[in-house]
Amino acid sequence: MNTAAIEAEVNHVPQTASIGELEFEPRNHYLNNGYGWKSWLFTLDHKRIAILYMVSITVFFFLGGLAALMIRLNLLTPYSHFIKPETYNRMFTMHGVVMVFFFLVPAIPATLGNFVLPLMLGAKDLAFPRLNLLSWYLYIIGGIICLYALTMGGVDTGWTFYEPYSSMFSNGYVVIAIVGVFLAGFSSILTGLNFIITTHKMRAPGLTWFRLPIFVWSMYATSVIQVLGTPVLAISLLLVAIETLLKVGIFDPKMGGDPILFQHLFWFYSHPAVYIMVLPGMAVISELVTCFARKPIFGYRFVAFSSIAIAVISFLVWGHHMFTSGQSAYAGLMFSFLSFAVGIPSAIKVFNWTATLYKGSIRLDAPMLYTLGFLGLFLVGGLTGIYLACIAVDVHVTDTYFVIAHFHYIMVGASVSAFLGGIHFWWPKMTGKMYNEGAARIAAMLLFIGFNLTFFPQFILGYQGMPRRYAIYAPEFQTLNILSTAGATILALGYLLPFFYLLWSLKHGKSAGPNPWRATGLEWQTTSPPPTFNFDVVPVVRIGPYAYNPAADELEDKRIEFEEARQKYEDNREQMNGAKDHNGNGNGNGHGAADRQDSQALHEETERDR
Amino acid sequence: MTAESNTLTVDKVPASDPPSDSSGQHLLHHHFDDMAQQRECNTLMMWAFLVTEIMMFGGLFCAYAVYRWSYPHAFAIGSHHIKWFMGSLNTGVLLVSSLTMAMAVHSAALRNKKRLVTYLALTLVLGWAFIGIKGIEWTQDYHEGLMPGIAWNYYDTTVHPHHTEEVQKLADAGVSPNAVKMFMVFYFFMTGLHGIHMIIGLTLVTILLVMASRGKFTNGNDQPVEISGLYWHLIDIIWIFLFPLLYLVSGIKLGGPLW
Repeated sequence: MNTAAIEAEVNHVPQTASIGELEFEPRNHYLNNGYGWKSWLFTLDHKRIAILYMVSITVFFFLGGLAALMIRLNLLTPYSHFIKPETYNRMFTMHGVVMVFFFLVPAIPATLGNFVLPLMLGAKDLAFPRLNLLSWYLYIIGGIICLYALTMGGVDTGWTFYEPYSSMFSNGYVVIAIVGVFLAGFSSILTGLNFIITTHKMRAPGLTWFRLPIFVWSMYATSVIQVLGTPVLAISLLLVAIETLLKVGIFDPKMGGDPILFQHLFWFYSHPAVYIMVLPGMAVISELVTCFARKPIFGYRFVAFSSIAIAVISFLVWGHHMFTSGQSAYAGLMFSFLSFAVGIPSAIKVFNWTATLYKGSIRLDAPMLYTLGFLGLFLVGGLTGIYLACIAVDVHVTDTYFVIAHFHYIMVGASVSAFLGGIHFWWPKMTGKMYNEGAARIAAMLLFIGFNLTFFPQFILGYQGMPRRYAIYAPEFQTLNILSTAGATILALGYLLPFFYLLWSLKHGKSAGPNPWRATGLEWQTTSPPPTFNFDVVPVVRIGPYAYNPAADELEDKRIEFEEARQKYEDNREQMNGAKDHNGNGNGNGHGAADRQDSQALHEETERDR
Repeated sequence: MTAESNTLTVDKVPASDPPSDSSGQHLLHHHFDDMAQQRECNTLMMWAFLVTEIMMFGGLFCAYAVYRWSYPHAFAIGSHHIKWFMGSLNTGVLLVSSLTMAMAVHSAALRNKKRLVTYLALTLVLGWAFIGIKGIEWTQDYHEGLMPGIAWNYYDTTVHPHHTEEVQKLADAGVSPNAVKMFMVFYFFMTGLHGIHMIIGLTLVTILLVMASRGKFTNGNDQPVEISGLYWHLIDIIWIFLFPLLYLVSGIKLGGPLW
């Protein structure tokens, strides 16, 4: 390889403003590389697969949201006027299954991770593009099967499929739902495997482990959980399916089985799965907080290793879901202690993000608003998690709305804020377009306000003793439930708004340029949208991530100002020259007008291309 | 980060032993830098995938352990119901198939097409022999009424009048037939899941065999054989754990029925 060319590429200052001719050149990128449905459904490009995932995940998110809407509407009155209690059970099962397995688990890794991870590593693609596509197909097939079971037969076990509800007391659709979840699990394993191998083997020259963005570290930790945890879920769900189909006793106590064993196996996956949902959120936040505070992350190694620590400890805390289910008191004690321990790496992250903000030159763009929202919501969710890890408190609030509020603060409040923040941050990279900043800020604030209005009352409800999973409740809880439903409408607006202005931006958005946020990171060194193979020249990395420098920003501002002024001046001069040419008394070569016509035609062609 | 040195550190080792003939290069997928990187990715992928397999069987072994702890006598009795001789024979067959697979990998590395094809064929034969023996075993269990959910009447004296003694023994030991049934569920589920993996492995070996006979792996591109070999050995190792857990719970009963 020509080292001089690489050097030139490295020392090349990324062009931030929409400077002239470069923009008008018709350029091949991943979006205009083929148009038919085949070019999408058989694509091996990680960026296109990310888009496929993004579209399908959005569909599942709105389906799960629809179920949530039914739940919240029904809880407006204490006596379940809106839907029948059986329907209510099916609705919260559908909400849980769809949101957990088909939205939250794949949300950030399969969309943002898929899109950004190879770019951040300076790779042309993930290590196994075919497996990547297969994982999307498995996800879709699993999703369709699950939706069939949830809508046609109805499953009312809750997303946890607790035994013996799921075998003795349930209809056959549970098995179909399990098959769907099993396939989605496989899809998640394949994504995890792909990320792990890619991170190990596909880094650009010079990109050592400690020069990786924190995003990659957190995504790596997530993948480890996916790879180690999901097979255990798969086998326990298979056992439930076998038990139901063959009517044999595996977990059914009537036939000598142990339902607690199912809970152990289930939570061995499903507690770490909570971290599959929140670690990618933390990954996104680490990128956003540095970019919009214009500072390197505080304590890089601590933040990096705290992700790994969370992944490790997450496998040792599953028993805190079972404090009241009859596991031994000593086991409860250990699980309680280990659950407190997860607070340490989580707190390291929150403190380090806050320290990153300290004395930063903070810009309150929409992604930053989502980031700040994440910090607040994650703090509340995390601290109430510490309450719940404490056995004495947990026994009091088990299976109440306190638990619901706690995990929604983490999984919905924090993770979805991070997801949307990430979407807004990388949207210009994905599509090459800028969205409407004002609308985005309003959406970010609606989300934060709506979320708190929806779920904070549920902490109070839970502490007062309102149990979860019932269609009917005591009348004294009605006021807070109405407040919660009212909040949910605002929250829904916060979710719907981005859907519209982001789509709008595809057609009408301003061209973004390669690096609208002036972010560091390899993904911003390439054009937007990136070419099919990501980089025209293999990037070489010489320094760590987050080399932000406000002084350099100022210089850059000046440079752009100067550049624009120069451009204007030249345009004016050219116009005057052109006028001269037209008058026919130009002393030049006379090609000027023809050249201009050519470039005009080229420009139009490019616009059509878009 | 500021402490990081500014020197260029390239942590990818250059290709140590790239395929010497020119046909190797066309196998390089577009997104890899060189063959060494591609090989490393493939190998690491298979190892990581095997970890997921181990976690999956691990969950099953864990459930087995819990119930064996709860019903030690029932598991011993159940273990006597299944055919230790056929289990042992199968262990031998599978171990030898691992040897032939290892030899196949070796032959591919040495680019010896004739030996590669021979060893793959042997592996295929031994693998199907394992499935065959397992099939015979399952059929007998079926006829004896030892298959929970499908044919479970071993302890039903109306169907099997000569089993009264066994029922009595069970009652004397204070063991519920349901607990023995639990053992049989695990026996069928674990060997069944293992069998599915065997069939996937055999499919792989068949594909390898066809391609090997066309000389696809003796031109320096021996990696597919190597990583399929890893998978085959894992199936073997899982059986090495299944065999004592299922067949040798309280020692074998010599002099009992072999078949």
